Amino acid sequence: MRKTDTKATPVNTIKLSLPSLSVNEGIARTVMAAFCAYLGPTATDIADIKCAVSEAVTNCIVHAYKNTVGTIYITAEAFSNSTVRITIRDKGCGIADVKQARVPLFTTDGENERSGLGFTVMESFMDRLYVRSKPGKGTVVTMIKRLGNTDAE
Amino acid sequence: MESIKEKRDGQTLTVTLKGEIDHHNAVKMRSGIDKLLEEGRPSTLILDLSSIEFMDSSGLGLIMGRYKKMNELGGELIVYNPSDSILKIFRLAGMGRFIKIQTK
Repeated sequence: MRKTDTKATPVNTIKLSLPSLSVNEGIARTVMAAFCAYLGPTATDIADIKCAVSEAVTNCIVHAYKNTVGTIYITAEAFSNSTVRITIRDKGCGIADVKQARVPLFTTDGENERSGLGFTVMESFMDRLYVRSKPGKGTVVTMIKRLGNTDAE
Repeated sequence: MESIKEKRDGQTLTVTLKGEIDHHNAVKMRSGIDKLLEEGRPSTLILDLSSIEFMDSSGLGLIMGRYKKMNELGGELIVYNPSDSILKIFRLAGMGRFIKIQTK
C-alpha cells in the first residue's frame, strides 16, 4: 500500500467554488491540473486527475443539483511527499446508497446516455477515493493521488 | 470552434470530433452526429478521435449510444485513433469487446 501521509499539514492549498453549470467541468479540471503541475506529475498523472475531477464535477451537475443550479466547492491540498488531495463537495440531493452508486455501470440516469462509470473512473485513476453522502444534505468526494514516478504499479 | 466535421465516401460516413468530450460538449456532439446519421443513413460510421485532447466517461456514453444507433440502422461503428488515455477509459468499460477500434 502506498503511503499517502495526508494527515500532515498541506504545503499548498487552493479553494474554488463554482456554480453547477456544465461549462465549469472544463474549468474545474484545468484549474486542478494547473495546481498539481508543480508537484512533478507525469503526463499520465495529469490526464488521470483531469478525468477524475471531471467525473466528480459532472456528478454534482447531473445528479446532486439535477434541474437546479447550486454551488460546487472544490479544495485541493498539496503535501510535501508529492501527494495531492482533492475534495469536491456539494449541498445537493445526496446519495441514498453510496455502495450501489459506486458499482460499475450503475446509473440512475439511463435516458441521457450516462455510462455509469463515473465513480469507477475516479477509483481507478486515483490512489484512494472516499465518498460520504447524506440524502437531502449533499455529498463529499475525497480523492488522493501520489504524483510522479514514485511507484511502478 | 466547430466540434465535428464530416466526410462522406459511399456508404461510409467519417465524423471527426475535435476538442474535449465531457458532459458539456457531448450533448452538442451527439445531436450533430445523429443528424448526420438520420440524413445519410450510412452503413459504416467512423468516429475519428485523433483530435480529441480530453475524454471522460461522458465520451463512453456518446460512443456506446452511437454504437446502438448504428446497430439499429443495421450498420457498424469504427472508433479511429483514440489516444492512450482514451484507450485507458475504454479498457475500464470493456469497450474493446464489442466496438471496433482502429489505430493509425
